[in-house]
Amino acid sequence: MNNEKPALQVSALCNGTVIDHIPADKLFAVVNLLNIPQMSNNITIGNNLESKKLGKKGLIKVADVFFTDDEVNRISLVAPKVILNTIRNYKVVEKREVKMPAELHNIVKCANPACITNNEPMATHFYVTDPDTGIIKCRYCEKEINVSNVELL
Amino acid sequence: MAMKNNSLVSINDLSREKILSLLEIASKFEENPNRDLLAGKVIGSLFFEPSTRTRLSFETAAMRLGARVIGFSDAATSSATKGETLKDTIMMVSSYADAIVMRHRLEGAARYASEVSPCPIINAGDGANQHPSQTMLDLYSIKKTQGTLENLHIHLVGDLKFGRTVHSLLHAMRHFNPTFHFISPEELHMPEEYREFCRKNNISFTETTEFNEEVIASADIIYMTRVQRERFSDLMEYEKVKNCYRLTNAMLEGSKPNLRILHPLPRVNEIAHDVDDNPKAYYFQQAQNGLYVREALICDVLNIEI
Repeated sequence: MNNEKPALQVSALCNGTVIDHIPADKLFAVVNLLNIPQMSNNITIGNNLESKKLGKKGLIKVADVFFTDDEVNRISLVAPKVILNTIRNYKVVEKREVKMPAELHNIVKCANPACITNNEPMATHFYVTDPDTGIIKCRYCEKEINVSNVELL
Repeated sequence: MAMKNNSLVSINDLSREKILSLLEIASKFEENPNRDLLAGKVIGSLFFEPSTRTRLSFETAAMRLGARVIGFSDAATSSATKGETLKDTIMMVSSYADAIVMRHRLEGAARYASEVSPCPIINAGDGANQHPSQTMLDLYSIKKTQGTLENLHIHLVGDLKFGRTVHSLLHAMRHFNPTFHFISPEELHMPEEYREFCRKNNISFTETTEFNEEVIASADIIYMTRVQRERFSDLMEYEKVKNCYRLTNAMLEGSKPNLRILHPLPRVNEIAHDVDDNPKAYYFQQAQNGLYVREALICDVLNIEI
């Protein structure tokens, strides 16, 4: 793939993942969510890069790592519109926009201290009732909360 | 492992048809509450949190159906005090009982129990979340006194902020085109979540802080709740409003002939005792209806045809 802006050349990676269009203020949250500080791979992190869509954006390139759906779902909770590019042999073989899934299995903690999930050794389970505003509903206590107010597990 | 069973966890899981069919079955139990449909069956009655009224109603329902009852009426006498998980308690009891009626202080406890239990669970209250048998007996009382659930004016009075029963009633009535009137002090008004629910479901509603003869003149049902002192951050505010949401017999003079007054009980002073003798007072019969409704619910989770 040819890209005119050398700083954003996704093809510079032989194999791996480029996570693009991260809102600049969410970059480090995404870095932590993906456990990037614990990785020993070749990693490039850029921030405050120019972006037509976002003004300023962050970007992460990780060599030889391909994220699972579960890991990708976690990103959608802090940065719902990021783009994941999967690179194989210098080519973008898949480009997908991260979307909030319909259900969140054991990804976030229920904000209600009286919820059974905070008192019993068990997995949490939320339904995304409004993906645009980020409203999620606990399957157990049936309380609705905004994802921006929840703690990740 | 989650297992499929016929539990009753939340009123929100019930369709319009299901609600109407359960009410129909309950009316058969009102005609004859003593039926030997559950002979040889054992019902587990697990009250991790005490609730005398609900427990006695469920246990009576089970016994009038011919079942035997095992269980406890307080978590202090269960192994939960030894640190046993809810899952383990449910697994143990479900190996003895054919169905479990449970009340728990934690929200979502019944949903979780229904996922781990091989036998059906009936939620008899999970914290501030759900109490579906209460809602079903409220619906039964409304239908019985009005002849229908459709197109009624329902006035909800008192604590509309924390009142679990009014929230569940509002959800369940969405199938029946009601008009709601929310009457409460400012501090205890209906949460935005439920007003939004009404807008989304095209349910009309009005709101006022006034509770007087005029406001209740259009009511088919007045659903009274208790304004509790401990809900107020400002006790001066409580002192001001505590007697404003009190129904007296004199207020009922201009009310509709079909009006009935409901209350989930226990009542303290929000309904004056002079209302008790008014034929429009229905709260004691309402509690009695709980027995027939609970007989219907127990038979339903056990797939017993009536």
